[in-house]
Amino acid sequence: MELSTLQIIWFALWGLLWAVYFMLDGFDFGAGMLLPVLAQSDTDRRVIINTLGPVWDGNEVWLITAGGATFAAFPTTYAYMFSWLYLPLLAILFCLIFRGVAFEFRGKKDSDGWRKTWDRVIVTTSFLASLLFGVAFGNIFRGIPINMVNGEFVYEGNFFLLLNPYALLTGIMFVLIFAFHGALWISCKTTGDLQQKAEETHKKLFLLMLAVILLFLIYTWFDTYLFVNYMELPAWFLVVALCAAAFIAAGFMKGVKAFLLSCAGIVLTVFTGIIGLFPNLIPSNIAPEFSLTAFNSSSSQYTLTIMTFVVLIFVPIVIIYQAWTYYIFRHPVRPEDVADPDVETY
Amino acid sequence: MDAIALSRLQFALTAGFHWLFVPLTLGLIILVAIMETMYVRTGDRVYLNMTKFWGKLFLINFAVGVVTGITLEFQFGMNWAEYSKYVGDIFGAPLAIEATVAFFLESTFLGIWIFGWKKIGKKTHLFSVWMVALGSNLSALWILIANAWMQHPVGYVLKDGRAEMVDFAALIFSSHAWAKFFHAVSSGWVVASFFVMGVSAYHLLRKNETDFFKRSLKFGAVFGLAASLFLALIGDTSGVQVAETQPSKFAAMESLWETQSGAPEYMLAIPDSKNERNTIEILPIPKLASFLAFHDWNAEVKGLKEFAPDMRPPVGLTFFSFRAMVGLGTYFILAAALALFFIRKGTIQDKPWFLKVLLFSIPLPYIAGEVGWIVAEVGRQPWIVYGLMKTSDAVSKNLTVAHVVLSLVGFVAFYGLLGIIDFMLLAKYAKKGPEKA
Ligand code: HDD
Ligand code: HEM
Ligand code: HEM
Repeated sequence: MELSTLQIIWFALWGLLWAVYFMLDGFDFGAGMLLPVLAQSDTDRRVIINTLGPVWDGNEVWLITAGGATFAAFPTTYAYMFSWLYLPLLAILFCLIFRGVAFEFRGKKDSDGWRKTWDRVIVTTSFLASLLFGVAFGNIFRGIPINMVNGEFVYEGNFFLLLNPYALLTGIMFVLIFAFHGALWISCKTTGDLQQKAEETHKKLFLLMLAVILLFLIYTWFDTYLFVNYMELPAWFLVVALCAAAFIAAGFMKGVKAFLLSCAGIVLTVFTGIIGLFPNLIPSNIAPEFSLTAFNSSSSQYTLTIMTFVVLIFVPIVIIYQAWTYYIFRHPVRPEDVADPDVETY
Repeated sequence: MDAIALSRLQFALTAGFHWLFVPLTLGLIILVAIMETMYVRTGDRVYLNMTKFWGKLFLINFAVGVVTGITLEFQFGMNWAEYSKYVGDIFGAPLAIEATVAFFLESTFLGIWIFGWKKIGKKTHLFSVWMVALGSNLSALWILIANAWMQHPVGYVLKDGRAEMVDFAALIFSSHAWAKFFHAVSSGWVVASFFVMGVSAYHLLRKNETDFFKRSLKFGAVFGLAASLFLALIGDTSGVQVAETQPSKFAAMESLWETQSGAPEYMLAIPDSKNERNTIEILPIPKLASFLAFHDWNAEVKGLKEFAPDMRPPVGLTFFSFRAMVGLGTYFILAAALALFFIRKGTIQDKPWFLKVLLFSIPLPYIAGEVGWIVAEVGRQPWIVYGLMKTSDAVSKNLTVAHVVLSLVGFVAFYGLLGIIDFMLLAKYAKKGPEKA
């Protein structure tokens, strides 16, 4: 295949990996954040955490794959993005570290203080990680100050410039979408009072989330160049419309259907951004020609070809066995399940 | 210190910390899988209890292994951006493949294994533990393919100011990659064997659950003896490869200053880098270094003086680390063989001195593994990719000292905390012994 075709394919795959990642880890971030809102007792908390137990780690690997794929397919972008965004990525990293061990540690000591501590860790890190991912993507949508000095890309921003209002709004939007998504997950995976509470929360979050998404779209129109691609090919607006439709339908429905719709909403949200970015992976807001793009930062044709084969063969297999996991654990977790000493639980 | 020195320190600390958890994961999952296989085959509930007890220890260790791995993945971009840019075309691929092929397998099936005891059939459950074992050992393969490429770059051309992949097969069939893979993975098997033997010895000393822990100890001894013999064999292969392709590392491993034929091996020496000699040289074994390097007693071995002083790795650290690794490796073979001998004779529970030896041997394979990485990585200096790119050219250009100090302090504090908690939990559950089902 032509190099430029491969670059376009990999740009799309790059977006797809992020989309799947947010669709999956999104609900466990959301469920984590909602812990204090939904759970009345330690049993409730354990039920919620155990709905995530079998799947959260597999979900997180999509992030590692998205990162690894960026490295393999767009090494220049990987190198610059990670080194320029050193501090925010460090913060995300520390969140993921503590969140990961919290699931495993919380049940390992029979003490209320111990469990409360790790619950707090889960809540805080789920919230912060969602916010920070949103801030990071907000900055990518908006562009960061990349300059060109002696033929080399140079970053002229700093940590505080990253905390601009647009990026913060994107962060809040991520938090709300994930909370909405997480509430739906819990409503599908629990029973009784907890389920009811999750449904109520889902309803409460719905309008707030829609309002923030609307605000985000308006702000995007004025503050970024994302809609330029849309104006050139207005058919793309269909993606935005579908995205809105998915979220709205998810707000009016219940149960698994609503959850699947909100999955679609998240994927389409990421694609709304990705379509607007194309071909930029990280736009420069100093001058468009200083942007890191799929064309100026990619691997060679050979490497992209190899990686395409790897992805085409292995990602479908991964999807099959991950889907199988969701099928095995399709039943809601009940309070008596986490009390059964013969069953391994968190 | 500048950003380079700090980034190196940070990489060394975070990689070394990851490696405190990885080897036990690699080895223990195989032992647990074998135990569960025995259970499914025989229906004997002792094997089920063994699976659950050792499985629980596996999980406590695994949690920290996973989260510390993410750090390393991020750091290539955060601290080593120039490196990532220069070699990403060839180096990024194995990392991405590792995630796609191995990490998904490992983490997804682990979820099924932990939570699936009552949801799926026995055979399916057994299948999932073997998939976890396969996934973790496959992940080692891909990361070591990446690491082996840094030790001995193959399959690339220099083009447009970077290394581009031209031969994927050369990358994955590199003999260095396979030697490193088998050496590192079997070092993990040894770690797990001594872990199982040591914990079992602790309980046997207290006459606690004797049957359970005698059986466990036997698993550890058999697996440990096989693994440590294999480990030494592959280590020898690695040594030959180093001598052929990284002569400066080999000279440092032997603290050999002058190029010579039939070079001797010193059991102990104290290198003096300033004056380019060894202050003390004890117990020379004639011609052994030549033999280890090329399997030829009279072969010529390059000395450190062949390399400009700034092209030599830190000699002392490399030399002593290599001595410690090989010395410990020899000890593991003896200890595992002796354990097996006493088990065969049925007297192991009456040998408290030996049980104590086993208990106090738990940390030794960890030490051997850490110093092994020091040989491999410090011995490669000043190169980050041997012969191709220097470590000093690899660091991200925009990094400030403040940034790296901040992250380094964070890692030391948080890793210290996690390390202590994880150690305490492991000790707690190891001491508690099996739950009866
Ligand atoms: C020889 C084996 C080996 C070596 C040298 C390394 N790792 Fe590792 N890694 C593993 C063997 C392993 C493992 C056995 O597969 C782990 C350890 C514990 C675990 O849970 O999985 C793992 C976990 C692990 C994870 C988390 C995976 C998950 O979420 O399931 C990441 C992202 C990395 N590693 C990345 C790295 C990087 C970038 C390394 C090099 C700088 C590295 N590892 C060295
Ligand atoms: C987990 C096992 C590993 C351990 C314990 C380890 C250990 C070390 C140590 C001690 C250093 C510092 C050397 C020095 O600065 O003098 C280092 C550097 C480095 N290693 Fe490794 N390493 C491991 C795995 C890997 C792997 C698998 C790779 C590549 C895929 C790798 C890539 C690097 C890089 C990029 C550096 C930074 C450059 C440098 O500081 O020299 N390491 N490692
Ligand atoms: C018994 C004799 C042993 C020999 C001859 C030996 C030889 C070697 C050599 C030559 C290297 C450097 C390879 C390179 O730089 O590419 C190495 C690395 C290493 N060794 Fe050993 N070793 C032995 C025992 C052990 C033991 C007992 C352990 C741990 C339990 C161990 C763990 C490691 C590790 C983790 C590395 C780094 C990974 C690698 O480079 O393969 N080794 N060993």
